[in-house]
Amino acid sequence: MTTLPDTKQVWEALARIPDPEIPVVNVVEMGIVREVQLEGPKAIISMTPTFSGCPALHLIREQLEETARSLGFAEVEVKTVLSPPWSTDWITSEAKERLRQYGIAPPKPTREQGALIELEAAPTRCPRCGSFNTSVKNTFGPTLCKAIHVCNDCKEPFESFKTV
Amino acid sequence: MRSEVREALIAKLTALADDEVILAHRNSEWTGYGPILEEDIALANIVQDELGHATLWYGLRKELDRSDPDQLAFFRDANEYRCCELVELPKGDWAFTMLRQYLFDLYEALWLEAAQHSTYKPLAEAAQKIIREERFHLQHTRAWVERLGLGTEESNRRVQQALDFQWGYAQQLFVPIPGEELLVAEGIVPDLLPIKARWLELATRHLQNADLKLPINPGYQPTSRAYHTEHLWSILAEMQSTARWEPEAKVW
Repeated sequence: MTTLPDTKQVWEALARIPDPEIPVVNVVEMGIVREVQLEGPKAIISMTPTFSGCPALHLIREQLEETARSLGFAEVEVKTVLSPPWSTDWITSEAKERLRQYGIAPPKPTREQGALIELEAAPTRCPRCGSFNTSVKNTFGPTLCKAIHVCNDCKEPFESFKTV
Repeated sequence: MRSEVREALIAKLTALADDEVILAHRNSEWTGYGPILEEDIALANIVQDELGHATLWYGLRKELDRSDPDQLAFFRDANEYRCCELVELPKGDWAFTMLRQYLFDLYEALWLEAAQHSTYKPLAEAAQKIIREERFHLQHTRAWVERLGLGTEESNRRVQQALDFQWGYAQQLFVPIPGEELLVAEGIVPDLLPIKARWLELATRHLQNADLKLPINPGYQPTSRAYHTEHLWSILAEMQSTARWEPEAKVW
């Protein structure tokens, strides 16, 4: 009889699942996987949605399930939890650095976000040249989590991960 | 939870979800027709978010009565929908669409801000989640109202016309549903009165700063969410056609 992997090994396997929309980061370092519970042949994985309407959620859910099954768990349950709500503070600093190298300005700490009705955001740093002389071109980008900016110094457009 | 409170909560969640679904579907009519590519994308993003919110609200209802969210969205008749009339109105021009989304976003953001403190934990959690997305909508539509109001004579005329038409409809967002007072008494949902006061204050200030005049006569103000405009029937016919045609979605 083969032995099932322990919790740590399950986490390691899940950390090999890339984010479907931003493949340079994985779903664990994005803070999407909240908990792994093992009960004999059953694995219970708790995940939390990034953006509630994110189309990648279905895919992530399927991949978590598939990965756990491939490790030998006969029964896999993927639960969705909303609390505490996911925020970009859950993204690890290594992952944020990788986003920057990939050309996506990483999110700022949420404490710098300001009040709800206070709407003038601080400028976002250009991931290429590091300049703060940038302007927002569109708060809504190719995916729900990203906005589009342009750098007034290096003249390049770039994406940023929204701070939520 | 007492059964009458539970029934009221089911009704409230349905109203919240229905508003989002119908507004999302209405705005999705711009996809591929936006005035510029960036705006086409932005509005499509907002639509996607609103559908995500609807999924969360229907999901909370499901926990209470085992109802199927897809069934609710795609197989209910107009008479059973509990959306407000504002979201049903045809999309009109860009000014009409942006103003409606702004009036709704401001209401939604303020409602969610208060609902984060709900004594019903699942609702508080959903509100805490959704508000993080909603702020981007408000930021965006608020900028559009300003741009149009302070833009050209023509853009100001159009957004003013939209405001004159929508102002009365928007007041329905603050009409409680039957049984809502039970939910307020239990601290499950926030009281709409202080939210309306705040909405009026912020909307008035912002609209006036955008060189727009608040209508002196608000015009038609709907009351019950059991009644709908004639437009709901046609939007549902379109939205539900595929699901009704192929309910299991097995043939593509």
